Amino acid sequence: MSSFKQKLLNAPYAFWSFVFVAIPLLMVVYYTFTDKGGAFTFENLKILLDKKYISVFAYSIWYAFLATVICLVIAYPLSYIISKMKSVFQDTLMVLIMLPMWINLLIVTFSWKEILSNNGIINSLFEAIGIGKVEMLGTSFAVVLGMVYCFLPFMILPILSSMQKLDKSLIEASEDLGATKINVIKRVIVPLTLPGVISGITMVFVPSISTFYISQKLGNGMIILIGDLIERQFSVSANYNVGAAISLVMMILILISVAVMNRFADDNDKGGA
Amino acid sequence: MKILGKIFMVLSFIFLYAPLIVMVVFSFNSTRSTSVMKGLSFEWYKNLFANEQIMNALSNTLTLAILSSVIAVVLGTVATVGLYYLKNKLLKRSLNALTNIPMMNPDIVTGFSMMLLFTFIAGIIGAKSALGFHTMLIAHITFSLPYVILNIKPSLDSTDIFLQDAARDLGCNRLQAFFKVILPSIRSGIISGFIMAFTLSLDDFVITYFTAGTDFQTLPLYIYSMKRGIKPNIYALYSIIFISVLVLLFLSNYFKSKSIKQKKKEILL
Repeated sequence: MSSFKQKLLNAPYAFWSFVFVAIPLLMVVYYTFTDKGGAFTFENLKILLDKKYISVFAYSIWYAFLATVICLVIAYPLSYIISKMKSVFQDTLMVLIMLPMWINLLIVTFSWKEILSNNGIINSLFEAIGIGKVEMLGTSFAVVLGMVYCFLPFMILPILSSMQKLDKSLIEASEDLGATKINVIKRVIVPLTLPGVISGITMVFVPSISTFYISQKLGNGMIILIGDLIERQFSVSANYNVGAAISLVMMILILISVAVMNRFADDNDKGGA
Repeated sequence: MKILGKIFMVLSFIFLYAPLIVMVVFSFNSTRSTSVMKGLSFEWYKNLFANEQIMNALSNTLTLAILSSVIAVVLGTVATVGLYYLKNKLLKRSLNALTNIPMMNPDIVTGFSMMLLFTFIAGIIGAKSALGFHTMLIAHITFSLPYVILNIKPSLDSTDIFLQDAARDLGCNRLQAFFKVILPSIRSGIISGFIMAFTLSLDDFVITYFTAGTDFQTLPLYIYSMKRGIKPNIYALYSIIFISVLVLLFLSNYFKSKSIKQKKKEILL
């Protein structure tokens, strides 16, 4: 195909993704370093050095990290158990894992709000046993639980698929060579399923750190995350410049955190080998 | 150990389904409450179909999803084929990088950054309001495109490119060869790309929130706007969706395993 025709075929998409993907990101940078009049400034970033903002950033990273670890702790053994079952059961369970993803996150978050509320199911149960009411909404527990719930399937699916692809003969071979059960897991299964774990980590951490409706609904306004800060600059104060600065900082924080977590996962792998 | 594993699995699935069960149960509540069950009734299902605002939001959501996924599939198919034939390494690499950005970036950044662009343009041309149906449509096409490309690319990669040459030798022109040979062989990728784009668009709240005007309300926007809490009629709507998806998924799973069994039989015979 002639080079002109190649370019012609690529032109629409190249144009589209340049205008609606690349330029918006440049806009974030532009808005970060300008004031409302369009003059160059560092003010938008300087504001973020305030204690108030720093603590929001730190807590967001911490909660997202917790949610990611909890998802991993649930998803890894669960995928292991499922991958050992008969393939008919595996298919059925896969469907059951994907099904909740079809229900809008706003709905399930609201549903959790009802479950955790003061006259919700859990508290009625607590009252019946005699523990008494425990205020759960508005706590970090509720927010992290919401994150874990909403993004758990995104951790299970990549890990499960890497477990299913795992060559069973490798496990048999290592058992034949005298490896104990723990050693098989540590030296064969974990290293070979690491790609699934790493993509799961990113797929849980990124939406967790940037959410705002989970913290709004389950945090009752008591818990503020980076996403809330951006959302408020958009809907309440209409200060797009500060909003852009927060977005830029968040993107950088995500890049660093994901790199650190992947490094950690890699190191674990080396430690096991 | 085995029993412990089973208990763990059951607990995990209870966790995954707890809010969905609450949703379905309270959709049958006879009062407005979504926390106290007073009695069973179909009232909210009747109410749902009589509620003009919800029905309007539902039809808006479907309109947006169909329009955006059709455009994304057409644009994405051309893009995937274009990228496949592209020889310029630098251009190819940068286009692939641009494709990955909307998938890697948090939704809130995608939405916020597009909103900045639309506001900026509106400021230049002096438009009254920056956001509306057109900006939502652009946003939905943009975040669906990478997933469409991702779905089509594997089936294009596994297509025999010499088939096209054969078609050319037999007298097809380029366009005919594309429509008669390439398109049929990437059909399954196009269909799965379309389904993915459609469901992503139906479900999206965050990016829509930042790019929506006041004149066009989708279902997730409507739900978010209910500050005092969701009424059981919304639960009823999503219970219907839940049950339909459940049936569809199991049916497709059943037919898939059936066809696999058939293939195995054919191979054995």
